[in-house]
Amino acid sequence: MTLPHREADVTLPKPARKDPHVDLEKLDAAADLMAINMGPQHPSTHGVMRIKLWLDGEMIVKAVPYCGYLHRGVEKLCERLTVVQLTPIVDKHDYVSPMTNEQALNIAFERMLGLEVPRRARYMRTIIAEIQRIASHLLWLGTFTLDIGGTIGGGASLMMYTFREREAILDVFEMLTGARFHYNTHTVGGQRHDVPVGWPAAVKKMIDAVDAHMPEYEQQCYGNDVLVLRTKGVGVIDRELALELGLSGPNLRASGVDLDLRRDEPFSAYDEIKVNVAVATDGDVYARFDVRMREMHESIRIVRELIDSIPEGPICSQKPVKVPFAVKLPAGRQFYTAIETPRGELGTYVIGGGAEKGAAPYRLKFRPPSLHAMSALPYALVGHTVPDVVAILGSLDPILGEVDR
Amino acid sequence: MTLNPWLHGLVYGLPVLLGVMGVGALASWWERKFSARMQNRIGVDVFGPFGVLQPFADALKMLQKEDLVPRGADKTMFFIAPAFPVVLCVVLLGVVPFAGYWDDTGTWAPAILISNLDIGILWVLSVSGLMVFPLWMAGWASNNKYALLAAMRTVAQGVSYEIPMVLAALVPVIVAGDLSIARMVAWQATHGWMVFSLPVVGFLAFVLFYLASLAEANRIPFDIPEAESELVAGVIVEYTGIKSGLFILTEYLHTFIASALATAMFFGGGHMPFLAGLPAIAQIVLSATAMLVKTSMLFVSIYWIRWSWYRFRSDQLMELCWYYLVPGGLVLVACTAVSVSLGWV
Repeated sequence: MTLPHREADVTLPKPARKDPHVDLEKLDAAADLMAINMGPQHPSTHGVMRIKLWLDGEMIVKAVPYCGYLHRGVEKLCERLTVVQLTPIVDKHDYVSPMTNEQALNIAFERMLGLEVPRRARYMRTIIAEIQRIASHLLWLGTFTLDIGGTIGGGASLMMYTFREREAILDVFEMLTGARFHYNTHTVGGQRHDVPVGWPAAVKKMIDAVDAHMPEYEQQCYGNDVLVLRTKGVGVIDRELALELGLSGPNLRASGVDLDLRRDEPFSAYDEIKVNVAVATDGDVYARFDVRMREMHESIRIVRELIDSIPEGPICSQKPVKVPFAVKLPAGRQFYTAIETPRGELGTYVIGGGAEKGAAPYRLKFRPPSLHAMSALPYALVGHTVPDVVAILGSLDPILGEVDR
Repeated sequence: MTLNPWLHGLVYGLPVLLGVMGVGALASWWERKFSARMQNRIGVDVFGPFGVLQPFADALKMLQKEDLVPRGADKTMFFIAPAFPVVLCVVLLGVVPFAGYWDDTGTWAPAILISNLDIGILWVLSVSGLMVFPLWMAGWASNNKYALLAAMRTVAQGVSYEIPMVLAALVPVIVAGDLSIARMVAWQATHGWMVFSLPVVGFLAFVLFYLASLAEANRIPFDIPEAESELVAGVIVEYTGIKSGLFILTEYLHTFIASALATAMFFGGGHMPFLAGLPAIAQIVLSATAMLVKTSMLFVSIYWIRWSWYRFRSDQLMELCWYYLVPGGLVLVACTAVSVSLGWV
């Protein structure tokens, strides 16, 4: 599978930027910089992570992010479980948007095995993914403003409102799957739970409520000079750097790369609809913020477009799974595929286990977009001050459950 | 009637102090309800009617907490730093006239006032200048890098915003021709409130004073020293129990006192119309109510801003002060001086 966008970007110009991974002895011969650990117990690290900062006054001279605090050995665990048992495990990766994790995993297995997914299931997946994108971006918006405005202040006000909408979305998911957070609704070949009676109406009602409240959020953010002052020109990641670091999703699009797997490498029902991709060119915190806000509008539009036209038919091409050994992966076959989650390109790399592994994969490796987003921190933070750290980190929107697995 | 100074302090000071402490407790309850209303929440509602007794429960809880002193902390400074701002707040209270009445000679006399200092404004400005010290002491003594960063910011911010505050306070001083806050209120009682008596300039001076007070009292959008999303809790990061409680109480008190001072300097203090001719005690009660209402409105606006705005970055805060507020304040003072010398006011 080749992508025109990726082909075009193969020859990268040599970056003229300074390498942030410079030796500390060279940087600070007199040893008068202050080293400060932001995290792992810090209110604004969006999970358990640590950024070691070397400060000159309040100016950041060097920044090193450390992850691994949430490592759970999931990829190793995946080598022991059968294919259909993996879905509830990956729910916990990007815990802000569990649905798209399930989707990524199951699409990888389906593509590897060449399984057909019924059209009804594909529509459901698309709708679910877009609702999940809204929910994820709402949580991001709340925590981002929380970082900029303070937990006892204006930021917290906006967060409370975004959680009101997120609650409505969780209600809709609960109606569909019975669970509010770890859904386990995708499976190899389709969906586990069919659309319940009244679900499209509930989704429409929820979407209308979100849409009605969007101007409120925009007023609170675009209309607030302090937020604009705090975000414009801060944490710039240029186009070349973004491509080099493998950023994806809104972070990449904010740097001016028009790449969205929903449009460029369609999965589920995205090939039947038009996706307008939000792109910004500045690559700063404001651009990333702007891209996500516009994506929410686009997601609202897509859900509205699809919710009335869910086709009839089966929701799964496989028989309902009685024994978890039903789906077997071909031995030794390697396969990589990626889909667009709210955070970017979530890739799944599978090596089939064959007979000796039973129905378990030989190896399963995820390519989480958040990990790559975190790798931009040493570049984006240098030259800024301590208050910008939380703004930049919040704008990159890493989810540590996904980074560490 | 001249009392022994100690007795004077006790007789006049204690009721005002207790009253303001009560107001501080009530203010914290009220803020929680107000922010809850703004945030689509219910807020405190368990202890007492509408949760109004919650601040006392909180204080009790804080008294029971373990008192931790970090290893490597400067113990003496760490211990006295929380008491210092409370003392300063009480000292600030001394010159705020909370009520007044028309005396026999037809001048507005202050009533609920601990000390009628001739240099009231100077006193206020110098004492609020000292407010930087306890925060610096706390930040330095904590032996914590976050607290140290916050302390550095506090000093920079406090010292910088002192200047626009002084400039804004100069406007009523020039107009009323007096440094005593009580006599400033008396001037406004006969000439009209300061915000209106000097068109535009009076209002702008109030805005300047208000902004500088926000910064001095460390409220959003200028709450850089606390900055809990960046510096965890700023200077009070290592404090536990009632020590951190004292810092929090001081924040409320400082905000309240700043509102009261702005009211006295720009909104006529306890003055309200239709008082002349009433018995003195009725006048005092009514004017104290008027003062409380005016102060509360300013107080509400500070918390309204707090719960709907974001925080400036520290360098932007300095920029705002030195590029806009200080030159603006100088222009205001010049305008006022010209207007007064030409006899327009």
